[in-house]
Amino acid sequence: MSLDLDIPDGIAVGLSIPKLENREKVTGRAEFIDDLYRSGMLHAAILGSPYPHARILSYDVAEALEAPGVVGVLTGDDVPASRMGAFIKDEHALAKGKVLYLGEPVAALAAETLEQARAAVNLIRVKYEELPAVLSPEEGLVDDAPILHEHLDDYLKVFDTGSKGNLCSRTELSEGDVDTAWDACALIVEDEFTTAPQAHVAMEPCGALADVDAQGRVTLWSSNQSVFRVQANVCESLDLPMSKLRSLTPRVGGGFGNKMESHIQPLTVALALKTGRPVKCILTREEDFEIVRARHPFKIRMKTGVDSQGKILARDCEVLVDCGAFADDSPGVMGYALLMAGGPYRIPNMRARGQLVYTNKLRFGAYRGFGNPQVTFAGEQQIDQIARQLNIDPIEIRRRNILKEGDRWFAGPKIASNGLGRCIDAIEEASSWASCPSSKMPLGKRRGRGLALTAHISGLLGTGAIVRMLEDGTISLNTGATDIGQGSDTVLAQICAETLKIPINMVSVSSPDTDGSPYNWGTTASRVTYTTGRAVAGAAREVVRQIMEHASEILDVPIEYLELRNGGRVAAKGANEDLPFAAISGRAHWAKGGPIVGSHTLVFEEPTHDPKRAIALGLPFPRIGVFSFAATLVDIEIDEVTGQTQVTEAWSAMDVGRAINPRLVEVQIEGGFVQGMGFALYEEMIWDGARLANPSLMDYKIPTSADAPPIHSIIIEDPEPDGPFGAKGAGEIGLNAVPASIANAVNACCYGVSKALPLSSERVLARILEDEDAS
Amino acid sequence: MSKKQVFTLALNGKEVEVLAPSGATLLDVLRDKLSLRAAKRGCNQGVCGACTVMIDDVPVRSCLTMAGACEGRCITTLEGYADDTVMRELQEAMIASGGVQCGFCTSGVLITARNLIAENPIARNDEIRSALSGNLCRCTGYVRIVEAVAKAAKEVAP
Repeated sequence: MSLDLDIPDGIAVGLSIPKLENREKVTGRAEFIDDLYRSGMLHAAILGSPYPHARILSYDVAEALEAPGVVGVLTGDDVPASRMGAFIKDEHALAKGKVLYLGEPVAALAAETLEQARAAVNLIRVKYEELPAVLSPEEGLVDDAPILHEHLDDYLKVFDTGSKGNLCSRTELSEGDVDTAWDACALIVEDEFTTAPQAHVAMEPCGALADVDAQGRVTLWSSNQSVFRVQANVCESLDLPMSKLRSLTPRVGGGFGNKMESHIQPLTVALALKTGRPVKCILTREEDFEIVRARHPFKIRMKTGVDSQGKILARDCEVLVDCGAFADDSPGVMGYALLMAGGPYRIPNMRARGQLVYTNKLRFGAYRGFGNPQVTFAGEQQIDQIARQLNIDPIEIRRRNILKEGDRWFAGPKIASNGLGRCIDAIEEASSWASCPSSKMPLGKRRGRGLALTAHISGLLGTGAIVRMLEDGTISLNTGATDIGQGSDTVLAQICAETLKIPINMVSVSSPDTDGSPYNWGTTASRVTYTTGRAVAGAAREVVRQIMEHASEILDVPIEYLELRNGGRVAAKGANEDLPFAAISGRAHWAKGGPIVGSHTLVFEEPTHDPKRAIALGLPFPRIGVFSFAATLVDIEIDEVTGQTQVTEAWSAMDVGRAINPRLVEVQIEGGFVQGMGFALYEEMIWDGARLANPSLMDYKIPTSADAPPIHSIIIEDPEPDGPFGAKGAGEIGLNAVPASIANAVNACCYGVSKALPLSSERVLARILEDEDAS
Repeated sequence: MSKKQVFTLALNGKEVEVLAPSGATLLDVLRDKLSLRAAKRGCNQGVCGACTVMIDDVPVRSCLTMAGACEGRCITTLEGYADDTVMRELQEAMIASGGVQCGFCTSGVLITARNLIAENPIARNDEIRSALSGNLCRCTGYVRIVEAVAKAAKEVAP
């Protein structure tokens, strides 16, 4: 449902055009990484470390090399000393010198068949000296803790991390004067919250296929969210010049942050270089759980103070974050979480501090929401708690506090468009908030309703687009943005088609390829529609400019008297006669000016931090993005006997600036909701000591179609001034407020606050039993 | 090294012979030996449903089915439904509804949905949700998949 029917639909923008690649997906012809084959291709298997923390003393690969079918073995001795990493370069292509978590790839081999590779990999002998392990951030910070990265001081870091011992990074942001603000507060709430590690569980496990040509140049296909980050990581960790590696993508079977930085691409390339043969490495589901990455568990202490009218005067937030064995995106996740810890509210005195600590677990990293769902879980419960204690309606207290036009975000970022108020209005109306139907209570059940608000950025870093007009006037669009299934190819083609006023079927979208695509940082940070969309619109406008020059010369009419007509035609304003793009492109190719190519690149440049209003220490993102907003509301039902919580209906309103493709925005809302619901109610990676105890879909449950509720997706459009046709991001925000809204619904059913995620049956039942004891 | 064996399968309406390791699963044989790759390997434990194919009239997890156990039975993969009216309606409905995101689960979803429509042509939404509960999707939140199956069922209703 779009509430903005007054914005006219164009020729492509604003239409729910089915995704361009859907037909190949419904016929089973789409090729994912495991569907790719090369002649002479070998299959890889990985040997995982049996210890969470150990020094590697020696390798014996003789027996493995003699096993049937084995062509090459790779150990830490075969990879260079160089290290990769987005924020701190702390990770080798393969464990070298030490292993830092149980299951960490310590060796790999390539054989003629997968069966042979799996059989032989266990014949690789590694001698270790076991070291004491750090299994929690608290353990990692004690004075005599075993140190994971002994050379941390020497690592290259891209910002002031404050790294020391096992402290990977620390960030502190502060605005106003929090310490003295409490005195003026009529009510202060304070609690500690914890959130569980969540597995991404993209339906496609990670994989890679590498080939080396006669000149030693590598071609690499992999399941990824950025062919350019793959290229950078592989080249950094293997000491390859970037020009010696071509990174490509097949269709990607889902990505939620897990495929953004590298996974097994470096070791796959190293195996291909070593054997001189194509090598394919596809993770098993268990390996995908154990060695890729996951959502960070957070410990959050949050304190919020308000005046007697519920107006927020101060908030203080402190987080302790488990980094896992490698920094990966963790410093960014923590820094971003702290930036978002105040929520979309005016808070005159706000402080957010965090410590990120290395532990002997798999790396935690980017995951849809990027730390925001964790702090929103804490913050939005406190807003409800305050509302309850002051007897103010939960919607009303939020209206009193939300950011208004002209306000800036915590620490300084500008907010251009802000449809949050309209999101709240829409949710209130759609859910019949005023006449909440929770009074009809079946025996043995409790029903509750919970609301939460959130905001999220879209932006960050560099991107580009090339729009080429082919001889016949049709268009080839190349952006380097990996479509991970969310539909960015389609959305970018819509932006291109709209700018050129042509039907979308005149635009073909090139698959990302580091050889031919302009740089694109990645499909992450809810950024492709907003940043790459801007690049596409810019490149297409350049094509229009060249078309107009040609048309002006052909028709002998000044450019200002020309108009672009729907369907790929140019004419003098009001004239019957017009020129098709084919005629213009033919002239450009064969007679005058040269083939028409438009390109545009940009980097997000607005500063995150305004030093005049806030103090910032260890800020990982100096320039971040524009803001989307959302409100999420759930109705739940709790079984009093089992404590099981079921979401019975959900409403989610999202301000995306402009929905380039409304259906695809709705599916982002719905998919984000259900993934957030799993995080809220049952998903939890559980470690038994150092060993992940539930690395399978039998033991780690994600929501099924029977668990998912009906979801009402509401699109709000408050156009972003510099967004393409007003658009801003929609990829992550739909998940952010889900755990908080469900927690608020549980809190409406049971006394107290939901301090820990997941809200498992056990935890909710304990709350119900406490209630019964108290009454 | 496991021994190899010749399997004779009635696959998508044709008899095929294939040489594969004796311990091979149906999914191994389909994907690696016969280049039929619509069925996907999502978990290899029979949980995710991405490898679903039909054996006779029953949707099964091909990752858990030994190839040897399929001799003499009719196997149909998504590729085998190219001329099937019901499947075509399902495919068109999935394309139009937004039920396809990354597409990795889509083949399995379509097989299960095709079987549901055959068994229960007038399935209610809760029955569709229940029937599809063995096909995990991490992208869509299921809303549009359920919508697509309901729409296709309506289109082909007798």
